[in-house]
Formats: sequence, C-alpha cells, structure tokens
Amino acid sequence: MRTASDYIEMNVPAKPDYVGVVRLTISGLANRMGFAFDEIEDIKIAVSEAVTNVVNHAYADGDVGQVQIGCNIFGDRIEITVVDQGKSFDVESTSKKLGPVDGKSVDQLHEGGLGLFLIDTLMDKVEISSEAGVVVMMTKYLHRDEVEEHVDRISPAPSQ
Amino acid sequence: MNLQINQHQINETHELQLTGEVDAYTAPKLKAVMIPLTEKEGNVVVVDLSGIDYMDSTGLGIFVGALKSSKANNSSLKLRGMTVRVKRIFEITGLTEVMDIESEVKGEAL
Repeated sequence: MRTASDYIEMNVPAKPDYVGVVRLTISGLANRMGFAFDEIEDIKIAVSEAVTNVVNHAYADGDVGQVQIGCNIFGDRIEITVVDQGKSFDVESTSKKLGPVDGKSVDQLHEGGLGLFLIDTLMDKVEISSEAGVVVMMTKYLHRDEVEEHVDRISPAPSQ
Repeated sequence: MNLQINQHQINETHELQLTGEVDAYTAPKLKAVMIPLTEKEGNVVVVDLSGIDYMDSTGLGIFVGALKSSKANNSSLKLRGMTVRVKRIFEITGLTEVMDIESEVKGEAL
C-alpha cells in the first residue's frame, strides 16, 4: 500500500468569502496530480459543499469559527478532510432526508439538503463523523477505471 | 470567483444573463435580483446560464426558491444555455424534471 507522500492543510474563517479560495486551491492540487477535467470539477463541487455546510450550519449566528481542510495526496488518490468544531448534527437522520428530487412536487422541494447528496455522488468514498463537530472525509481515485478498486484502504483521520 | 448579472427587460419578460460562479458567496446576490422578479404575476423570468462555469448546491437552492416563488405568484421561470457541467448537476439532483430548461446545451465554457 502506498503511504501519504504529501499533506496540505488550510485553515480559513467559516465565511462564504473563502469557499471559492478553498475550491481553487483544491483544484490546483487535483490538477497537479493529473486528474481529468471532469474529475477536478467534481472534486471542486464536493469540497465546496462540505465547506459551505460548515459556513451555513456549524457555528451559531455571530460566532464565526474556522474550518480546516486537509488534503492527503497519495499516488493513486486524494483524500480531503473538512473539519469544523461547531455543533454536530445527526448524520443518520440527516442522510435519510437527502436525495435527488425524484418524484417530489415543487412544494416538497427545499432549498438546502442537496449538498451532502452531491458529495456522496461525486466522490468515490465518503465518511462522515459527528462526534465532536463534523468531519467529512472524501476520497477520489486517479484514473479509477484503470486501477483495481481500493475500497477498503483509507488512512485514519488526522487527530485534532 | 465572482458573479456578474446583466438584466434586460422587454415588457413582462426579464432576461438575466449570468457570468461567473454561483456559490455560497455569490448566491445571495443572485437571489436578491431573481426572487423579486418571480414575485410579480405574469412575469417571465429567463435566466441565461451560458456564462456560468461553476455552480454548486447553493446555486441550485436559489433556483428551487425561485421556482417555488414563480409557482406561488403565477409568474414563470425558464433556464437556458446551460453548459455540460451545469446541466450535469441539475441532472444528478433530479432538478431537470421540475425546471423549465431549454434543451439546447452549450459546450464547456472556458
């Protein structure tokens, strides 16, 4: 198994202003790793969704905390961890409410809730833990069609 | 990392031409322009997305809100000029089923 060769970390205020900055940085890393254009776009959306969730939900009004984004770069994949220290949410019950629009009428649609669904759809592997704050860890494999699947291999989340 | 909104009006048809990115930072600006237009009965709001090279769920949420507002106020909302990328997230989330989207899809806007 390959070990992590490079680790990059960002720590930005949990404000909408910085979501694009994080997205551009991750885009640069994914580009350097050799991801295809469409894969880079998928990663950009997934990371933005995770950071936006922190911006919108993690901290009480008026209390702007930080959001930490860590990237482990392996030879065959990028693992991105988005961490906040804000209030946790119930992952189980939240995930049940998420999903595509399938058959819902316009009245039943709500304006949020698509973010986690998109992360799950666009990345190869996603883990969410909500013990102390929320940690979203997502993995995208390089040229996935050309290598064997590595579904069970994941490094432990960095300790806080 | 910005969003430019150009607005044209002919009678009750309001066209919004969007250029740039729709994310958590720029979405409030789009909402502030688009929602009031959908609140007037009889308005036809046409949003041209051909200049959008990035959109995420925050942007989708604004369009869901605008669609609801148009249904509630008897106006209409049409989207057109989606790039392949933007079309894809509307498809993944199933919003293509409920939105009025002009079928012509443009190539990648770079």
